[in-house]
Amino acid sequence: MNSRDQILAAVKKNQPALQPLPALADLQAIRFTHPVEKFTEVLTSIGADVRTGYDLNAIATFIDGNFTEGRRFLGNIPGLPGVGSLDSTVDTHTLEDLEVFVLKAGFGVAENGAVWVTDAQVQERVLPFICQHLVVILDPATIVNNMHEAYERIGNQDYHFGLFIAGPSKTADIEQSLVLGAHGPKTMTLFLNGGI
Amino acid sequence: MGTSTTTHASLSEQFNADEARVNWHDETLWWVRQKRDKAAWTLPEWEELRETASRIKHNTLSNLHQYLLSFEEKALANGCTVHWAANAAEHNEIVLNILRDQKIDQLVKSKSMLTEECHLNEYLAANGIDVTDTDLGERIVQLAKEAPSHIVLPCIHKKKEEIGELFHEHLGTPAGNADPLFLTRAARAHLREKFLTRRVAITGVNFAVAETGEFVVCTNEGNADMGAHLADVHIACMGIEKLIPERKHLGVFLRLLARSATGQPITTYSSHFVKPRPGQQLHIILVDNGRSTQLGREDFRNSLKCIRCGACMNTCPVYRRSGGHSYHTAIAGPIGSILAPNLDMKKYADLPFASTLCGSCSNVCPVKIDIHNQLYQWRQEITRAGYAPAGKAAAMKAMAMGLSKPGWYRLGGKIARRMMRAIPFLFNNRLNAWYKQREMPAPPKETFADWYRKNKNQSNQ
Amino acid sequence: MTVALFIPCYIDQFYPNVGIATLQLLEKLGCEIVFPPNQTCCGQPMANAGFEHLATNCNQLFLKNFSAYEYIVCPSGSCTLHIKDHLHVEGDNEKANQVRNRVYELTEFLTDVLQVEKLNARFPHRVGLHQSCHGQRGLHLSQMTELVAPPYSKPVQLLKMVQGLELADLNRKDECCGFGGTFCVTEEAVSVKMGKDRVADHLQQQVEFITGADMSCLMHLEGILRRGGQRVQVKHIAEILNASN
Repeated sequence: MNSRDQILAAVKKNQPALQPLPALADLQAIRFTHPVEKFTEVLTSIGADVRTGYDLNAIATFIDGNFTEGRRFLGNIPGLPGVGSLDSTVDTHTLEDLEVFVLKAGFGVAENGAVWVTDAQVQERVLPFICQHLVVILDPATIVNNMHEAYERIGNQDYHFGLFIAGPSKTADIEQSLVLGAHGPKTMTLFLNGGI
Repeated sequence: MGTSTTTHASLSEQFNADEARVNWHDETLWWVRQKRDKAAWTLPEWEELRETASRIKHNTLSNLHQYLLSFEEKALANGCTVHWAANAAEHNEIVLNILRDQKIDQLVKSKSMLTEECHLNEYLAANGIDVTDTDLGERIVQLAKEAPSHIVLPCIHKKKEEIGELFHEHLGTPAGNADPLFLTRAARAHLREKFLTRRVAITGVNFAVAETGEFVVCTNEGNADMGAHLADVHIACMGIEKLIPERKHLGVFLRLLARSATGQPITTYSSHFVKPRPGQQLHIILVDNGRSTQLGREDFRNSLKCIRCGACMNTCPVYRRSGGHSYHTAIAGPIGSILAPNLDMKKYADLPFASTLCGSCSNVCPVKIDIHNQLYQWRQEITRAGYAPAGKAAAMKAMAMGLSKPGWYRLGGKIARRMMRAIPFLFNNRLNAWYKQREMPAPPKETFADWYRKNKNQSNQ
Repeated sequence: MTVALFIPCYIDQFYPNVGIATLQLLEKLGCEIVFPPNQTCCGQPMANAGFEHLATNCNQLFLKNFSAYEYIVCPSGSCTLHIKDHLHVEGDNEKANQVRNRVYELTEFLTDVLQVEKLNARFPHRVGLHQSCHGQRGLHLSQMTELVAPPYSKPVQLLKMVQGLELADLNRKDECCGFGGTFCVTEEAVSVKMGKDRVADHLQQQVEFITGADMSCLMHLEGILRRGGQRVQVKHIAEILNASN
């Protein structure tokens, strides 16, 4: 018997009698009177900069004025001035100088400040990680209360890679001192705008 | 029980030689416990959520055979390669064979307690493979040639000055610089070079979904993603108990995991891997290594519900004051103490005794594993199997004998108390572990029973 | 109401005053007390050390001593919990079950069965309460800080009825003291460190007395206090609830 069959046989033999799955609908999960405010509060508390009242041009001006170290800006927003889209032939290993990646996210989650994106949106999976600064645009109308609603919304969406992002990359491995910018972006700026 | 230098008691005695350091370790982890409490209290449904997670895991374990088959089928359909490893050795060989097929001798690895359990790094090093751990804490312990002391906070036992010295030696940072921001930036630069040049990335798995064949990896640093998305070959290693039935159940576990682990509402990244990138290979290794045996142990199977959040370590008053290395196994703390004896009862016979059975671990556990009850049950197993120290067994036998006969108990107590009064140095000496740092209770002239006989008995008889 | 008094062996041998206070307190509250004279030990030291199978005779003896009584009261959460969880007697399990359901820790007996609302007690001192784990997490004598659940505490409820008593707030409300049965000697270093840390929390709150519902924890803390030359004393909760000076 190969290992696969051996493991499966042992599991079958040793697993207890079938226990029922609980219905998630029975769980009274938290909901918020003002999900957008909650989302903003939570995402801010985990290190992101959340902004409202910026249109496409204002976002472009913000990016231009705040991120000046490198000059390579990429994004998935057509028509965002100064930000190019990824050339499909580019080798992602050459992206270490990517200063900013601008991303339009699928939806947000109020309870934890996370936004959902898939590889359909990010083009190359490594982009939201390898950039020095991450800029996210989110329609506030998409913000759901909690993770159960989030997965209801995801449903059986056919992504190849899906991702919740909640703030800039971080670590507290050295004496529990929080440092933003571990391996991924050092900052995350999120613009709430329903019209982009 | 192993030799005296490798038991939890002796290792933690060494740890306690530096009391200021114990205080620091305890306070640091207690702070994490408090962050967990605060996060839990943000959700009025917290206890209900734990119960739901527990029941999902009970269902998973009771239907694991079917879920494994479903996961495999879906993962294959998604274009992944699925491997099965009966034990640690087979897991390590599978990894090595993938590397040999690719003619690759260096790789990046993100955190995976399973690979720690399998001692993959040592095995690969012995076969000429260069492994770079990319989680900052894991990189630090790797440079220090140590094992992680905590499953979520691998270098929680290290002071920043020690990390500064390590980085000075290995990464060339200026001597004496121990600033966490500076050191983290140095590690970022050092590891970016590795991410950009390594063609194979190993990651762990937090959850694998039977319904879809996808798996989820949670990190704050983004190191798993940097590795996996830049590599030609991604190897994901997981224990067979990492399965959950359906995608929607991720909602339950992602709500619990980070809140329990660090008090964050969610980790920065929760990455759902379904299909490999075009041209990329995605290997999933399903590892048993004792899990199917544990599944058959009725008293202990619930330990397989564990989602590796580390909350039981942070809350454990013994762990906080003995350090992760005192458990001499890959997974320390209360959960490690109920997992390890399943792998080697003799070698880890001391671990279930490294607890006061205070029960705090079971209360913080997000999937409601009755850890302290299992510690108690392991003690019985280990003793029945004959792995208790001989002296202890003899003392317990004598004690049980004396206590089962009221006359012997009364006489023995009387003699002992008399001797304590008359010749205190018989008790107050270095051979008495109680007396080493504590005074003995003052022996009274009469017992409660004596008093009762004198003062009360007449009215009752 | 007739109450059978279950006095743990170490209280019998080393802290008879705790037994006396328990008895007097229950008598004051109108109970008739019986002390089955042949009691020894509940068997917990063996069981927690992994030798549950050696406790068979202790279990039989316990059953013999206590099966006739409707209420069995014990001034120790830990021993009570042990009986509740682990009293098994082959061939007599029905009786054993009955005993398991009839055994009460002292404070829960006072608040839940006697439903005491007033005590004629006075203890004009600043007191810190040590929550012993088995009473708290095992018998649920008070809410546990790990749970998202409303607070309550049976010992505090009673201590609040004592005139003049000032209850201190601790930094860590329900951290284990490190006694842990044989743990206190087999894991001496960690046990003592845990005890020292518990003591330090109480000292920081400038208490005069440390109280609790388990004398075993208090014995451990007392050993550390005395070795450290501290003037703070330990007092079992029964002694405080029975204090009238």
